[in-house]
Amino acid sequence: MNTTAAGSKKNRPVHLDLRTFKFPIMSFASILHRISGFVLFFIVPFLICMLQSSLSSESDFIRLKEALSAPLTKLFIWVCLCALAYHLVAGIKHLCMDIGIGETLEGGKLAAKVTLGASGVLAFILLIWIW
Amino acid sequence: MANSATNFSRNGVSDWIIQRVSAVILAAYTVFMVGYLMCAEDLVFSDWKMFFDSLPIKVFTALAVLSLVSHAWVGMWTISTDYIKPVAFRLLFQMLTVLGCFVYLFWTIVILWG
Repeated sequence: MNTTAAGSKKNRPVHLDLRTFKFPIMSFASILHRISGFVLFFIVPFLICMLQSSLSSESDFIRLKEALSAPLTKLFIWVCLCALAYHLVAGIKHLCMDIGIGETLEGGKLAAKVTLGASGVLAFILLIWIW
Repeated sequence: MANSATNFSRNGVSDWIIQRVSAVILAAYTVFMVGYLMCAEDLVFSDWKMFFDSLPIKVFTALAVLSLVSHAWVGMWTISTDYIKPVAFRLLFQMLTVLGCFVYLFWTIVILWG
């Protein structure tokens, strides 16, 4: 009986065609939280590197400041901050859900929309700040 | 359940708590630092250096990095157990994550107190 159960589990159809998957807004918000977190892990060394050179000497500080005013670096910093802003907002949504806010289907949809909307606003504010 | 062998805390509840506590510390640090940088238009070296010479900022930064590596470990561990099925690759990914976390931690401590 045990083997039959295992066998039937093995023979279950698996649907993994990502092109035909439906991504409701909640799952989109969720996977973006993961992706942004993964990306941030690789952004951290750049931030530590900048902290190090900014504190090592005045000439390095000025050189870093100049480098950060170049358009391409500004774009890079903006993308990094957007990933951080999204991860932060989605994290706050997560904590809200932990205490029982937005746990229903409708609440979850709304929370996902608020998360995406709020990070969009933050991305815009960061864009203005950097440029 | 073999996966839990690579889970440092060996316990989902403590992972859950570590993830939340570190998240709150990181959120506070992020808002604080971005707020400081937004307020300090045209920052000069001496002010920046003085800012990072103060003990509370050093401690807060060290606490933030400690939170960051714990938070990253739980997150990356979850990602690895969800998406990387071959055990060798998963272990490699996890070991590289641990290595990265240690480098981030010690590098920052050296910057702050080295």
